[in-house]
Amino acid sequence: MSLLGERVPRESAAPAPEGSNWTVGLRTRIQRTVPPGQWLPDRQPAYVSSWLYVFGVLTLTALLVVLASGGWLALGGVAWWHTSSVGHFVNSLHLWSVELFMAFMVIHLWGKFWMAAWRGKRALTWITGAVAFLGSIGTAFTGYLSQSNFDSQWISTQAKDGLNAVGIGAWFNVLNPGQMLLWHVVLLPVVLGVLIVAHVVLVRRHGVVPPIDAEGEEVR
Amino acid sequence: MTVLAAGAGTYVHWGVVQISVTNLVFIGLMVVLFVLAILVPFPGRRRHENREEQP
Repeated sequence: MSLLGERVPRESAAPAPEGSNWTVGLRTRIQRTVPPGQWLPDRQPAYVSSWLYVFGVLTLTALLVVLASGGWLALGGVAWWHTSSVGHFVNSLHLWSVELFMAFMVIHLWGKFWMAAWRGKRALTWITGAVAFLGSIGTAFTGYLSQSNFDSQWISTQAKDGLNAVGIGAWFNVLNPGQMLLWHVVLLPVVLGVLIVAHVVLVRRHGVVPPIDAEGEEVR
Repeated sequence: MTVLAAGAGTYVHWGVVQISVTNLVFIGLMVVLFVLAILVPFPGRRRHENREEQP
């Protein structure tokens, strides 16, 4: 129906102008953020053939194991991971994948720091990575508090005074295992997930940083 | 309690710094891995470079 009330044939309806609805707007925005072909490129500059460039993706791979083993622990529950042999195995898998995640991330950080990876409009890539690193420390900390054993009790009592002294004890109470478990499995993973997705999108958008002496070799 | 204390790990003391041997070994391994990542050539790089040099 037209504004005047007469029926307008579907064929004669004017095409929606570019950007006139949210799907077109979103599609345009996604294409502008990372152009097609840049999401999963099949060619990279020659300097990427270095082991130092592998640690970012190793960190992401370890994170997938962390998420999978963490989901498995959530399915089984506390009694299961403390008493059954499979539960012990998955618990160890979660711990060691986190150890590898943190180790790979720190080596990735060292490499990017000495490369001054914030060059070439990559400041936001650097910042999201650095904040994700800090968020990962908080997530690992709440994980240690969620073990439900003497170790988690010891860590929480050692941490409480410092955290209360900086005034966050009312919202982040390390002596409350239920609250710490929810921070560990919901709040911090959501924040970390957003940061890591933003970091990867920015890496795809701007490309990997070239070594300092190879600035001219960048082919993007 | 003795058993729990015995399993608490060995610590290295250096002035105000106190770190468990396990963590120290882990950090040492990370440094070694970082140095190796810089020095060890990536497989296929030389082959790729040779191919690009050919006319």
